[in-house]
Amino acid sequence: MENQILYKLGELGPEIVMLIGACFCLLVGLHKSAEIRKLTVAVAALTLVFAGFFNTWQVVDSGNVWTLATFTKMAVCGIGILLLVFASGLPDKLKMSQEAEAHPENFDPGNVMRGEFYAFFLFSLTGVMLCGGASDLVWLFLALELTSLPTYVMVATGRDSIKASESGIKYFFLGALSAAVFLYGFAMIYGATGVTDFVSIRNCVSETGITPLFTLGIVLSILGIGFKIAAFPMHFYTADVYEGAPTPVTAFLAFVPKTAGFVSLILVVSLTAKVNRQWVGESEMEYMRVFISLPDTVKAVLWVMAAFTMTIGNVMGLMQTNVKRILAYSSIAHSGYMIVGLLGISACVYGQTSSNGAAGVMFYLVAYALGNMAAFGVLACMERNGDEATELSDLHGLSSRKPMLAALMLIANLSLVGLPPMVGFAGKLYMFSAAVNAGFVGLVIIAVVNSAISAVYYLRIVNACYFKPVDGDTQVVARQNRIAVAVVGSVLAIYLGLAGNQLAGITYKATVAELFKGQIDTQSVEEFVHVRPADTTVTAIKAQINHVSQDH
Amino acid sequence: MPDSIALLPLLVIFPLLSGLLLPLLAGDNPERVRTFTLISTIFTFVFSIGLLIGFDFTQSAEFGLVSQIEWFSSLGLTFSFGVDSISVWLILLTTFLMPIVILGSFNAVKERVREFYIWLLLLEAAMIGVFVATNVIFFYICFEFTLIPMYFLIGIYGSSDRLKAARIFFLYTFTGSMLTFAGIIYMAWCNATQNPSMIGIWNFDFSALSTAYLYMTDTQQLWVMLAMLAGFAVKVPIFPVHTWLPLAHTEAPTAGSVVLAGVLLKLGTYALVRLAIPMLPAAALTVAPVMGIAAIIGIVYAALICWMQKDIKKLVAYSSVSHLGFCILGMFAINVQGISGSVMYMINHGLSTGALFLLIGMVYERYHTREMAQLNGLAKVMPIWASFMVFFAMASVGLPGLNGFVGEFLTLLGAFNTTLMGPVYAAVAGTGLIFGAIYILYMVGKVVWGPLKLPAGHDDPKHVTDLNRREIAVLIPLAVACLWLGLYPNCMLKTLDAPSQAIVDRIYVNADKPLVKPIHHGFDSTSNPAQLTVLDSQSSEIATIKLQGVSN
Repeated sequence: MENQILYKLGELGPEIVMLIGACFCLLVGLHKSAEIRKLTVAVAALTLVFAGFFNTWQVVDSGNVWTLATFTKMAVCGIGILLLVFASGLPDKLKMSQEAEAHPENFDPGNVMRGEFYAFFLFSLTGVMLCGGASDLVWLFLALELTSLPTYVMVATGRDSIKASESGIKYFFLGALSAAVFLYGFAMIYGATGVTDFVSIRNCVSETGITPLFTLGIVLSILGIGFKIAAFPMHFYTADVYEGAPTPVTAFLAFVPKTAGFVSLILVVSLTAKVNRQWVGESEMEYMRVFISLPDTVKAVLWVMAAFTMTIGNVMGLMQTNVKRILAYSSIAHSGYMIVGLLGISACVYGQTSSNGAAGVMFYLVAYALGNMAAFGVLACMERNGDEATELSDLHGLSSRKPMLAALMLIANLSLVGLPPMVGFAGKLYMFSAAVNAGFVGLVIIAVVNSAISAVYYLRIVNACYFKPVDGDTQVVARQNRIAVAVVGSVLAIYLGLAGNQLAGITYKATVAELFKGQIDTQSVEEFVHVRPADTTVTAIKAQINHVSQDH
Repeated sequence: MPDSIALLPLLVIFPLLSGLLLPLLAGDNPERVRTFTLISTIFTFVFSIGLLIGFDFTQSAEFGLVSQIEWFSSLGLTFSFGVDSISVWLILLTTFLMPIVILGSFNAVKERVREFYIWLLLLEAAMIGVFVATNVIFFYICFEFTLIPMYFLIGIYGSSDRLKAARIFFLYTFTGSMLTFAGIIYMAWCNATQNPSMIGIWNFDFSALSTAYLYMTDTQQLWVMLAMLAGFAVKVPIFPVHTWLPLAHTEAPTAGSVVLAGVLLKLGTYALVRLAIPMLPAAALTVAPVMGIAAIIGIVYAALICWMQKDIKKLVAYSSVSHLGFCILGMFAINVQGISGSVMYMINHGLSTGALFLLIGMVYERYHTREMAQLNGLAKVMPIWASFMVFFAMASVGLPGLNGFVGEFLTLLGAFNTTLMGPVYAAVAGTGLIFGAIYILYMVGKVVWGPLKLPAGHDDPKHVTDLNRREIAVLIPLAVACLWLGLYPNCMLKTLDAPSQAIVDRIYVNADKPLVKPIHHGFDSTSNPAQLTVLDSQSSEIATIKLQGVSN
């Protein structure tokens, strides 16, 4: 047991780096000298870069074995840097911070925001990283809470505005409620099995079968985690919170809690997963399938959640005139698509990349983050009298004022619609093909119809940029950091749409290691992810199987 | 000819790159932009001539030239290129029309000139992409991507009601093709899981999916067919989903209308001939009579609407619906005359209707109206224009000796001879010819002949100019092509026999074939290692799974 903890600690290098970095941010952010205080962003950026390298080194060191944990860390570090660049300068703009900084000789540390903002930023990302590596219910709960708690503060960053405080409070109370729900669920899982670590739970379930108490626990956990991903019926806060938060924080909310939520969902759902083996095919073409199946209740719950989440998100999105609210509802809708992908693991066949829904979800998280980041990046450039201007009419005539920004917005929206060749399309193809594989043809049809509905409001944004004449007194403030984020987001959205094969492969390796954990030797997974092993004859495998079944 | 293989990717990449690099290469000067685009499209045309020369028509039932570029191999996606004689002719039509469109629009666009030509070049790349793709997803990507340039061409450069037209155009076609997307995934899934030689590997290549129907029941085929029709029938458009077309056509700028009528509509018919009919033989036979009826209703109904039109452009737009009815009629007759006639018709319709839109655009540039009530007797002031108008109107009606006749005759012959439809269908569709002659002659009679009447403000005949040299240069190649294909259709027709015969053979030979026994792919959770049914097999090297650590 002790060795296990030590072993785990060894894997937690990047997280430890992040925590140390966050503490440094707090220190630097409150330093006496203004020059040093300004370095807080750099400290946070360095921390992320260092954690990313650490993680890469660990992956390379272990012989290129990707796990859900390492992939999550990698994605969080990569996208985290983009988010950080986006958010840099945000605390400096606040009235309170400006007053605190106004008198260099008389610096008021009580009012300055910078230190805690970047520290919370890193804490929250650390939480997501920990989610990926969770192997225990308690750990998962703590990691989820570590992700969420800092975001409650970050939402209320703009303390000067009433909207920000309102959304902070809404977010906090509903978040606390959801934490209670999934904690209750975790407690029931513990009650049903008597253990908290995932491997033991799986073993216990495979021995005793699925009890009603266990199912109830899983369902409650799914619902509670639904808050993090803004899924029905826990989606009500989304639009208000997204609208009230400063745009860089909104971009943060759209990626970070969602990633934590989906990683946790994959972990929780895979607790109920059963690994099956089966011979299929005619006698000469026979081969063995190792696949995962989920209990019907879980499937039904996720099915309903997915259908409602997509539809509500898209239909509500149609009625909005504020771009942030549109993107908030689109965020709900995208969660719906990703739940469709998640359902795709319920027939995930070992060795088939395209049938792994969980990998599709991880891929899509990245795809969604890129498109979203580009859209928010452009939106953040619109200002009126120093405040954010986020109405659709504020974007009017953008293409004649700043053609480049309009083009970025176009690419972002097309990627979010899922129009080829942008990465959004590849992601949808990945997830939906897995869902079809699992037999959810009806749900996939609902999903594609929803994609068509979503085109209406994404096009409205494009419309506003391209076809409407300039009106109003909106200023386009081209801040370099925001444009950089938008450029990187949209360039990657196109690049990964055309050359995302490697990313798809990595997500596959990462999730298959998690889903088939303990059932198949995951260390050798990557040897036959793409290559069908020709050296092992069917007879040899059969002999092994016979051997195993006799053991049972 | 090995050199021609490189031509296929080049045909897509060259216009794409010219479009993307246009701002760098041609600067901001409208003159230079126009010249650059013209030269670039002429180069593309030369490449396609090279393709025609290098193509071996003796084996035109097969994809003569094939090349592949790696893409998302883990999802079964590659950029595969290949052409048969159907696609060669359509590529030629596209590349032939593009320089004409560019030259024809030299004076039409005054604002945002550079953007206009960028969109046209991107559109050309996407359209050629559709014709050269031999991977369904690659095909689908190009098919979908045509929406974006067209959306902007209508939305920015169209006439008064352009925003509505652009939106309706996009949403109609996008919604339909999302369902097609679901259908394609479903078909690929059937193939991947049921076809023993695929052993669960997904592959979207035409060659792989062309055997998918062997593993699908008739009902499954029918559903996929309906999904495909949802996307393709809207694009064609077939009655009753044609309602987007008149609006899009009337609002689009001349160049947009020509491309829309000339090539974009053919993407729908091409998709039916290439994907829907040959890949789903049983379903094709089932839906053929219904499609025949829809085609006939379209032919007659649209012709009657044409008769009532007051706007010349709207008249020609509705005539497209009527004409493409013949296309659909011929292709669902499922015999050699029908299919090759249908392909002939695609080419001919592209030439003659494209020319009519150009002619109308030329009048509109002079008088800023398209109302028949305001334009009478133009032969008196614009004799050259009038003679071209009469010529292309005759071609469009199907006067023997001009190109329209051959396709019309063959499609009717096909419908007459097939057991799926029969003489009644052909007879009713034949009335469409009469109505066609009536409305076109009615229009020509009013606009070209009769007493001179010009709209107020332009009514001084002295200021009216006939076509200039550029405009004549635009129309001459089209007229030559129409005449040549009318007098010597055999040069094209004889090459279409083999691929048409191949499609017909596929359908009649294979439709009645008993379904290959589907392999069991149960994802039932009842099976576990202890209950494995181990079958005997003599020799099989195929084993997807190397079972290591099974005993964990």
